[in-house]
Amino acid sequence: MSDTHAQTVRYVRETMLPEREPPLAETGVIKWMRENLFSSWINAILTIVSLYIIFVVLSAIIPWLLNSVWDAESLTECREILAAQGLSSHDGACGAVLTARWHQLVFGYYPSELYWRPILALALFLVGIAPVLFANLPRQMLLVSAAVPFVCFWLLWGGSVWFPVMIALGFVLGYLAMVLVGKALSPLAGIIAAIVLPILYWIFLAGPLAAAMADVIPLRIEEVQSRAFGGFMLSVVIGLSAIILSLPLGILLALARQSNLFIIKTSAVVFIEVIRGVPLIVWLFTAQLLLNYFLPRGTNFDLTLRVIIMVTLFSSAYIAEVVRGGLAALPKGQYEGADSLGLDYWQSMRLIILPQALKISIPGIVNTFIGLFKDTTLVVFIGLFDPLGIAGAIRASTEWNGIYWELFVFIGLMFFIACYSMGRYSLYLEKKLQREHR
Amino acid sequence: MSDTATNRVINRDAMTVSDEVAIQITDMNKWYGTFHVLRDINLTVNRGERIVVCGPSGSGKSTLIRCINRLEEHQAGSIVVDGTELSSDLKNIDKIRSEVGMCFQHFNLFPHLTILENCTLAPIWVRKTPKREAEETAMHFLEKVKIPEQADKYPGQLSGGQQQRVAIARSLCMRPRIMLFDEPTSALDPEMIKEVLDTMIELAEEGMTMICVTHEMGFARQVANRVIFMDAGQIVEQNEPEEFFNNPQSERTKLFLSQILGH
Repeated sequence: MSDTHAQTVRYVRETMLPEREPPLAETGVIKWMRENLFSSWINAILTIVSLYIIFVVLSAIIPWLLNSVWDAESLTECREILAAQGLSSHDGACGAVLTARWHQLVFGYYPSELYWRPILALALFLVGIAPVLFANLPRQMLLVSAAVPFVCFWLLWGGSVWFPVMIALGFVLGYLAMVLVGKALSPLAGIIAAIVLPILYWIFLAGPLAAAMADVIPLRIEEVQSRAFGGFMLSVVIGLSAIILSLPLGILLALARQSNLFIIKTSAVVFIEVIRGVPLIVWLFTAQLLLNYFLPRGTNFDLTLRVIIMVTLFSSAYIAEVVRGGLAALPKGQYEGADSLGLDYWQSMRLIILPQALKISIPGIVNTFIGLFKDTTLVVFIGLFDPLGIAGAIRASTEWNGIYWELFVFIGLMFFIACYSMGRYSLYLEKKLQREHR
Repeated sequence: MSDTATNRVINRDAMTVSDEVAIQITDMNKWYGTFHVLRDINLTVNRGERIVVCGPSGSGKSTLIRCINRLEEHQAGSIVVDGTELSSDLKNIDKIRSEVGMCFQHFNLFPHLTILENCTLAPIWVRKTPKREAEETAMHFLEKVKIPEQADKYPGQLSGGQQQRVAIARSLCMRPRIMLFDEPTSALDPEMIKEVLDTMIELAEEGMTMICVTHEMGFARQVANRVIFMDAGQIVEQNEPEEFFNNPQSERTKLFLSQILGH
């Protein structure tokens, strides 16, 4: 404005300026390097020092990997082969431990003739999870997703088919109770019925019913004790079960914590704070040692299942807090907009509030899941054979006594691949929702 | 404030007021903690009435209309909407909310749903209308507010005026018998106010019962059949628009009008 006034006070623009292309950005490798790597003397020195460090690290690791011996019966044999090539034991890895024992690292002590069962379970799981992760797949596939957990359970543990079927029926019962009682009495009564009835059913009816059905139609596959579970299979079973169970539980806890109903709110707060305030390892010891005291005498509740329950409860407390952050970030107007249209509480939560709150919480939720998956290695302390436990067992054998780098690099790599994929998926989801909603 | 809506011929003949009572508020009081926001409110609104509520900020005008669909809870007195008394019974509240449409200052559209989904959501879930039918109704009202071409966009891609018109269409999709407007043009750029007011005028012409909290005095003059002035949580003055603007009675009203019409 002011420069216009400098020439003349009266000014009328007669032609509007046309839109013009922005100036072309200068491009090229040299320009990029000058700007990003060598923009000042200090920057240039830092670049050179960093390059040197990277060179030193890689020049140590790459030959170690390239010289690796893949075919040997024991560490001693490995070293002999390396020595025959004129190399010391530090110049080459002994990958042979992986080729010799990979099945233990992956499956633990699962019977080798039954390896097809966890593999099939994993394949089914991937099919089941696909429509949940990627919204563009047909929605009917979600029915498959609902059945997959029970099929996977049956495949992994084996035994009579009726046990998982009767457990699954409990969920159907819960759903029916919520719909019917909710309609007849009140939504709150429906929820209470949906929680209480299935639990009563599982405790008193599911077992006898499953046994009765097994007598009529004995459909069973060979049973595998969870003591045999180990390696990455164990980590994946515990991790994925806990991830899948803790998300809905965490969401319910977050909603409960926001509730106006005093009892529900207080129970949620107490639960979250107690679970969060105690280290996971303490909860795992509780699962191992104390839980049996609380269960009726004579029940032998599977240790792996106990661990899954504990890990689920533990991570649901974290999820609840992450989701609460998302709920708090929503403007009050969204709640009022939903209310003003006459949507009831569950409708407005499901259709309006949670989709937005969860979108905000995605990074936090995935972060919690990554932490949870790595924390499954803690089960080694209660005597389960997760990959670290298996590594310990392998190192205790006479053939491989003294080996450690190769095993831990492999285990680290596997965990990294799993956690990195979860992180990438979270980014994909964030970008996709960003694009859709603006 | 300017007379934004003046360049339009308004068909006042169609705006008939019936004797039937739409909203009856009797001796209603409300407190925020110890702060007495609404004091002894008595108000009867007949079907087809267009009421403009004005007053300084903090006078309780928004709170008053938010009490009508229970976004705020009153502590004493009674509010009867369409023959149903507002109480803590959730069924009654949801029923009234589905009969009473509301437009907010900040639109409160749902950013994760398209314009069309925003409009069909409540009919599908609350009224259990089949999806096809709900979409047809939604398109009908989007045409009415003159933005059917935006149906597949998300709210964030629309201008403020367009968003507010979508918000009006969203309420209309529930076929409400009463519409509440809570400062619908306060968050809009001046150029967009007119398009929203035009939409509201059309609604008035069709005989909708409306209560508008607004400072658009041109709109009040043209459309309202009653203007209510509130201050300090009380109804200070109410009158027909011409009388209200030309011959205000209370000192407080005179001061308020001189401040908003003075420039």
